[in-house]
Amino acid sequence: MSLLQVQDLRVSYGGIQAVRGIDLEVAQGELVCLIGANGAGKSSTLRGLMGLAHARGKVRFAGESLAGLPTHAIAARGLALVPEGRGIFGRLTVAENLAMGAYIRSDQAGILADAERAYGIFPRLAERRRQLAGTLSGGEQQMLAIARAMMGRPRLLLLDEPSMGLAPLMVAKIYETIATIAAEGVTILLVEQNANLALRVSQRAYVMESGALLLAGSAADLAANPRVREAYLGD
Amino acid sequence: MDIFTQQLINGLVVGSIYALVALGYTMVYGILELINFAHGEVTMIGAMVALSVIGILMGTAPDLPGLMVVVAGLLLAIPACMALAFTIEKIAYRPLRKAPRLAPLITAIGVSIILQNLAMLVWGRQYVSFPAVLPRGQHEILGAHITDLQIVIVVLSLLTMAGLWLLVERTRLGRAMRATAQSREVAELMGVNVDRVISATFVIGAAIAALAGVMVSAYYGLAHYYMGFMLGLKAFSAAVLGGIGNIAGAMLGGLLLGVIEALGAGYIGDLTGGFLGSHYQDVFAFFVLILVLVFRPSGLLGERVANRA
Repeated sequence: MSLLQVQDLRVSYGGIQAVRGIDLEVAQGELVCLIGANGAGKSSTLRGLMGLAHARGKVRFAGESLAGLPTHAIAARGLALVPEGRGIFGRLTVAENLAMGAYIRSDQAGILADAERAYGIFPRLAERRRQLAGTLSGGEQQMLAIARAMMGRPRLLLLDEPSMGLAPLMVAKIYETIATIAAEGVTILLVEQNANLALRVSQRAYVMESGALLLAGSAADLAANPRVREAYLGD
Repeated sequence: MDIFTQQLINGLVVGSIYALVALGYTMVYGILELINFAHGEVTMIGAMVALSVIGILMGTAPDLPGLMVVVAGLLLAIPACMALAFTIEKIAYRPLRKAPRLAPLITAIGVSIILQNLAMLVWGRQYVSFPAVLPRGQHEILGAHITDLQIVIVVLSLLTMAGLWLLVERTRLGRAMRATAQSREVAELMGVNVDRVISATFVIGAAIAALAGVMVSAYYGLAHYYMGFMLGLKAFSAAVLGGIGNIAGAMLGGLLLGVIEALGAGYIGDLTGGFLGSHYQDVFAFFVLILVLVFRPSGLLGERVANRA
């Protein structure tokens, strides 16, 4: 059985439907991506899953329904979203941002060990741990946002456009990290406009257009699909 | 007697009370960008509850030491104010969380009027005097007098401020409060129950206000259903002076405002050749407020200019 099962998810803002009934699944340990053009409803799907936007439909996580739960309760069940634009707490230090990521945990020793591990993966953050997070560069903030999400030991990591606005070198570094986290067995649902990048690290993919699913399949198949190549891979 | 030193001491005493009340304004503003105009009335209710308890205890157990009676009044006023602030937030502000900013602001003014009128019904229109039960020792420093009560007020205020500072900077709740102040949405994503953090902010501010209310009524020897209005406005001015939303700013702004007001009141007679007397002291707080709003709207320690009004 899949870790995340979504049936007929609809997300709306006011009267506008951003997601018009999509089905998707993510199995334990999988890295799945959701690609599509700007405005296709990818971010809205993630926001709907986290209860940040008004959502209807069936969402089951580890067999339990998430319907009607407030965002903090969804987070407490093990879903972590790294939001678009990173959403770091600029007036908190790097260390405090990581501590916020571990807010739902109470095992102090484990939290400290995980923070040290995060500093090991991102030495740039270790050097700046006492610095206000708002003073970090965009790439460092993205690292911090991912590291912070990992501090909660999520069962499902939702990443929203992690490459957005970053220099190519930094994008490569971020994707290397995503691959490492996935290799450690963390289940990931990745939303990305840069289909090339996303398909390269994912096992499966969904293609979204105008709030609906257009295609679904293995990342390799979709990368070879002429329609996808033409519309999203720039061929 | 040295007027300058004396007024400086008086100003620091009153200023530390302003600072305590200002903290409640600034903490709520920091998280909700709401000016909780009912906060002055919460302070007044604290004073009134404490005075009622003191009155009852003095009637039923006249042998109790005065200090103990006042402490008992304070210990009941604190939870009463906490419960009151919790209720106000829940029934008056929370339903308006997503409303335009003007709606909760007007509601706050409404709550403030309701509380004043309730207090008038319960405690009457006349001044309630603070019984002379506290020790009245006096000391002399640098040619000025300082009373035991003044020392207690300043020391307790500083301890309270230090305690709040530790809470906000060093605890899990404090971190969640600061995170919520920056982004409610991302704080929720971290698993923070933002509604609970907002409640906690109101409740902590109210506990401090209760202490301030008891201090101010003990200091002036009286309480009145309308006392929260002026105290609230001055504390709000102090919060703006320090930079609204900034906790250290509220502490600094409160102390500064108290000193400015006391020195102003001490010298205004000389400066105007006796035309204006020390009863014009209230003018200074609002004069300072206007100057701050004109020349430095972000306040002394405020980082961001209020551009979201």
